[in-house]
Amino acid sequence: MSRRPGFLVYGLLTAFVLGSAGPLYWSLLVGSHEKDVVTKRVPPLLPGGHFFDNAQRVFETVDFWKALANSLVVSTVCATSVVFFCTLAGYAFAKLRFRGRDGLLVFVVATLAVPTQLGVIPLFIQMAELGWTGTLWAVMVPTLVTAFGVFWMRQYLVDAIPDELIDAARVDGCSQFRIYWNVAVPAARPAAAILWLFTFMTVWTDFFWPMIALPATNPTVQIALQQLQSGYYVDYSLVLCAAVLSTVPLLALFVLTGRQLVAGIMQGAVKG
Amino acid sequence: MTSRPVLTPAGDTASSPAGVTPLSPLPDEPLRLTFRQRLSRWDVRFAPYLYISPFFLLFLVVGMFPLVFTGWVSVHEWSLIGGKGEFVGLDNYRAVFEDRYFWRALRNTVSIFLLSSIPQVLIALLLAGLLDTTLRGRTFWRMSILLPFVVAPAAVALIFGNLFGDRYGLINSALDVVGIDAIAWHVNTLASHVAIASMVNWRWTGYNALILLAAMQAVPRDLYESASIDGAGRVRQFFSITVPMVKPTLIFVIITSTIGGLQIFTEARLFDNVGLGGSDRQWQTVTLYLWELGWRLRNLGMASAVAWLLFVFICLVALLNLYLSRRIAGGVGRRVTR
Repeated sequence: MSRRPGFLVYGLLTAFVLGSAGPLYWSLLVGSHEKDVVTKRVPPLLPGGHFFDNAQRVFETVDFWKALANSLVVSTVCATSVVFFCTLAGYAFAKLRFRGRDGLLVFVVATLAVPTQLGVIPLFIQMAELGWTGTLWAVMVPTLVTAFGVFWMRQYLVDAIPDELIDAARVDGCSQFRIYWNVAVPAARPAAAILWLFTFMTVWTDFFWPMIALPATNPTVQIALQQLQSGYYVDYSLVLCAAVLSTVPLLALFVLTGRQLVAGIMQGAVKG
Repeated sequence: MTSRPVLTPAGDTASSPAGVTPLSPLPDEPLRLTFRQRLSRWDVRFAPYLYISPFFLLFLVVGMFPLVFTGWVSVHEWSLIGGKGEFVGLDNYRAVFEDRYFWRALRNTVSIFLLSSIPQVLIALLLAGLLDTTLRGRTFWRMSILLPFVVAPAAVALIFGNLFGDRYGLINSALDVVGIDAIAWHVNTLASHVAIASMVNWRWTGYNALILLAAMQAVPRDLYESASIDGAGRVRQFFSITVPMVKPTLIFVIITSTIGGLQIFTEARLFDNVGLGGSDRQWQTVTLYLWELGWRLRNLGMASAVAWLLFVFICLVALLNLYLSRRIAGGVGRRVTR
């Protein structure tokens, strides 16, 4: 191919990468120095040795362990549930024949464009009546199955399973659920893994709904961050240390699976 | 969307397990379905509905119903503590329209939205163009630009709140070095909008660039070859081939960033430690205004009116956007076919 990139392309990309990593690095810098670091005229270029002191203060100021545990529970449950139910529905839309299928699929896609965030008030009233506000149920239930997930799995499975395989299984007397479990689930694994990752990240980073549904005593990580910042005086070493701590789990996931994540975003773009 | 026939009657598929009967080892049995066969027929017919029902049930309960019920709440006096009060008709809407903070929030939202989505789409397009070359270490570059995506909006807001600090912020220090006076990011309206928009841009540009990159890689390479033979330069090729070819994806990116951009909340809420959008609500977005009405002033009725208004507004802007981006991108497309 004739489109070989020159120095300009590499230079611009390097600038972008520095810009992408810069703010995160800055928060590591501030989070690992003593709190007067922000007032220095010339900021340090290397992380300091106070990260663990700051981290300890984070855990003393708010119940960060509980926040981490809550976030882990909520994200894991939602991601797993989304993968299970969306694979099931996506398989039905991709491979089973039933009346109204195409219309229903269009409906699923259309709901993607609905700003459901604007339904928070009745959602809050509902949860309060069920007695779920303040519990993790309130945060988890709305995200147990998503339109994006259904569409994503459908797009993947439509090409991933040959129809003959399903017909053969049916002739052999497999029940529908066994076909799903023994044929569709193994075939769906790569797409399901990406969906799991995505949902985990989305739920982990969510702020608006958990802030409304959860009290200060039962926070997720994002809500704990807000609590740390909301005092009269903001101690940025503390706050940005917590910002780093809250990002570390996702960063670890990203390092391990970033390749799949990139592939997933790009596949979703072409097929969606 | 599918190539499969649409209206296959369910009975057709249901006949396939029944079609097993002639092949079964007992062909002399009377033509009567056993319990198992009947079960299997029901299974084939109703299992698909069972499988898709979780999504529809949940959407009904936590998506559709709340949106509709918001309209019901909005015509009542409805307190966060006391619950439902009297029917008040359109009074809540009138109160919203008479509140100058509503108009300010609307202005802020539109301003932050424009400052975030326009540069974001343009930079993402450029970035995707840079990545759509025969780079060394492709995966490294792609992963690097996606890095901001793993940082939660709340953390982004805290980090940028510090970077854009009025007194000790890194950005003001940098401006000082260049000889520009410190900017009051948390006081000045436009400056605060720029700061908040930059958080959104930082987190989403790489993500959108990857989506556009995927579309760009689907463009047939021989188009570029014939264009270079015709003497078109790199830049000309980008604007005359690449951009028109990725038009559908571009519209997708624009629409999704519209729907998200008009609901910005976290970045504005955490930009300072008070969380209400500034002393004079300089950067209070409509969603933040909604939250303040509902959960600070405990007026769920009025907050619901705001939710409905924002809903209508988002729909209108999304449609306008669709129309505009089709026209603009369509114009470029026509130039190419000539």
